[in-house]
Amino acid sequence: MRGPGMSRMARFFRSPEAIAGALILAALALMALVAPLLFSSDPLAIAGPPLTPPFQDWALPLGTDRLGRDVLAELFHGARTSLVVGLAAAAASLAIGAVVGTLAGFAGGLTDEVLMRVTDAFQTVPGFLLALAFVSVVGPSLGVVVAAIALSAWTGPARVARAEVLSIRERDYVAGARVIGMHPLEIAFREVLPNALPPVLALSSVIVAAAILTEAALSFLGLGDPNRVTWGGMIAEGRAVLRSQPFLSIVPGVALVLTVLGIYLAGEGAVEGTAVRRGLS
Amino acid sequence: MSTPAARMPLVSIRGLTVTYEGGEAAHKGRPLPALMETDLDIAAGERLAVIGESGSGKSTLALAIAGLLPASATIEGKIEWPGFQRGPAHGRDIGFVFQDPAASLDPVLTIGEQVAEVARTHLGLGWKEAYARAADLLGRVRLPDSQGALAAYPHQLSGGQKQRVCIAAAIAAGPKLLIADEATSALDTIVQAEIVTLLRRLTQEDGMTLLFISHDIALAAGLADRIAVFRHGRAVEIGPAAQVIEGPRHAYTRALLDAHIGLDAAPLVASTAGTAR
Amino acid sequence: MNGPLLSVEGLTKRFSRSGETVTAVEDVSFRMEPGETLALAGPSGSGKSTVARLVLRLIEPDAGMIAFEGNDWLALRGAALRARRARLQMVFQDPLAAFNPRATVARVLDDPLRIHAVAPRSKRPRRIAELLERVGLEPSLARRAIHEISGGQRQRVAIARAIATKPSLIVLDEAVSALDVSVRAQIVELLLDLQREEKIAYLFIAHDLGLVRAVAHRVILLDRGRIAEQGDARKIIDTPQSAIGKALVAAAPRLHRTRQDAS
Repeated sequence: MRGPGMSRMARFFRSPEAIAGALILAALALMALVAPLLFSSDPLAIAGPPLTPPFQDWALPLGTDRLGRDVLAELFHGARTSLVVGLAAAAASLAIGAVVGTLAGFAGGLTDEVLMRVTDAFQTVPGFLLALAFVSVVGPSLGVVVAAIALSAWTGPARVARAEVLSIRERDYVAGARVIGMHPLEIAFREVLPNALPPVLALSSVIVAAAILTEAALSFLGLGDPNRVTWGGMIAEGRAVLRSQPFLSIVPGVALVLTVLGIYLAGEGAVEGTAVRRGLS
Repeated sequence: MSTPAARMPLVSIRGLTVTYEGGEAAHKGRPLPALMETDLDIAAGERLAVIGESGSGKSTLALAIAGLLPASATIEGKIEWPGFQRGPAHGRDIGFVFQDPAASLDPVLTIGEQVAEVARTHLGLGWKEAYARAADLLGRVRLPDSQGALAAYPHQLSGGQKQRVCIAAAIAAGPKLLIADEATSALDTIVQAEIVTLLRRLTQEDGMTLLFISHDIALAAGLADRIAVFRHGRAVEIGPAAQVIEGPRHAYTRALLDAHIGLDAAPLVASTAGTAR
Repeated sequence: MNGPLLSVEGLTKRFSRSGETVTAVEDVSFRMEPGETLALAGPSGSGKSTVARLVLRLIEPDAGMIAFEGNDWLALRGAALRARRARLQMVFQDPLAAFNPRATVARVLDDPLRIHAVAPRSKRPRRIAELLERVGLEPSLARRAIHEISGGQRQRVAIARAIATKPSLIVLDEAVSALDVSVRAQIVELLLDLQREEKIAYLFIAHDLGLVRAVAHRVILLDRGRIAEQGDARKIIDTPQSAIGKALVAAAPRLHRTRQDAS
């Protein structure tokens, strides 16, 4: 029995974790959106004397780095990069994983075997190493970084999608679709996949967080897009002066931690919302 | 079986109204109650059938009596147990058998463990005695090879056998009241009849009161002493089984009886007139 | 077409469950004429659902022959099979599970019309409205989501979907068992009405013998995968000869007891 009840949004905002997570992510999104407006000039341009400590000059609230670039501007622009990479990589891996998982689960037999062995292959290689290798070979740019992350992250969604599809395949409405003469591909992608998505989407928060961290790590190693400001790159830059000016590495580091925390909390809140809904019906 | 009219009822329900949170069809802004202003007495040792279609409130009544309503449900009115000083101990004094036996049994525990656990929890028996009692109960519910069944897992049993196990678990603690909520609806006709016979025998042997919830009035006719017919959350007719079946007072009861297609009903199609085989 | 509508010969299906081989259907043979209702009855595990699924080609038999509308039904594959499916449809027991949880009534009825090109896109909404009216529903119901309407309405939609492609045979798999008693009578009436008008044959899977006796012309009683008895429905149910027939009849709940059972 389903009634008007609480909408998913209302239930999401019931838990304090979800609210905290949502706030953090909202701040992040705001930073990313506002960055070009507040700091219209190139964030990589010199803004003041190098290694200015934070909270000294109001024009440079978080100080400047080794080359005199505005740390706050870099932070905000870094947010853009992290957000773009995180979302794009998650979207790509979810899309690839969902399609592969659905094909494998629905077709069964040889197709299933082949696709699952391919999944195994990609899954056994540590994601970061794969990304590292890919970027090293193809060259560092934002698109390549996104592809590199998706290259290993798609396996999780693929397995979850396949498991869901194996269960959905046996349902009456799939048999019903066959009886009315629907083409198998149409059944797979119109009837089965949309219903297999919810648990796959539940992985998205983990993938976004992992993607942001992987991108930071790649940038830290100097394999990120050299034309963009990234938090990882900022941390790398701050390494040289870690003893004297630790804030250069700490500030982007804290930003990373808060971002991942925010994603985690929001993800938990979303799971709470759907879990309660399933329980009631 | 004569009605124990003068004796104190086992359960006395007055003005029971149950409303689910976020329930369907808001009425004047408030959700419509699933059960409304219900008065009902259940006599000790009787077999009462509660008959109704979907939305009649029959399951809600069963859950309310067993104390199994969700925490968010609003309950008005009272359910009194004159024979109990501090109210019935749920799980011990009331046994509940659900419609879907597969969903009622834990797939990763053996049959023996699940039935024994009831005896252990509510009768304070040690594991050895609890298992012995479980074997005994499985024999009483006529499960083939009751000793071997102790080590079996639910998926190894048929639907009817699983339901027998659920009944064994429900009576393991020796309850005063056994509630069967559509306990036969998921079973085929032959197994259904067997389960009904089993319920009749067990309640007789143990002197248990039986509350039998069903949508099938014919099934109730063969089992119950009294029948209560519910519709849209209210009891429309309560009376001795024979009287409700043979001479119903309420139009709805009559409609339910007429809608039943029994073996003696008039056929709706003409007989085949000499078609191939 | 002169011969029988459906001809099944020696149908056999085995399943292997955890190493063991279970014979679900063994050497089942029967015929169906156009416009008749043939019931498949039996206890659970008797194979009646399996026979239905074999006829519908949802699973493939291990042995046997099926001829539908004069053609070798089992020989069809792929696009040819999908095209001919328009002639053989199904109504499920659980009207909620029978539909995609995200579907609307309109989409559910549009699918068969689109797949079998029954009507061009512009004419389809009109055809959907006609189908809804034919099964006793308001055309405005097309906009609603499947989970929003009642069980009885859902089953009517399921019937509308089944008749959308003008089939000659519909498999009714316990199609009224999950409905309220009062709704059941209306749905049965609708089905019989459609049968008379459109000359649709029904393969009626049921375990309720009272219903079978009232609604079917002929019945096949299955016992553990084999045919125990078959023939005129009233005759078999009034005087069953087989053990399973007698057991099924004895187990059927009776409203009026002729003898006083021991209480």
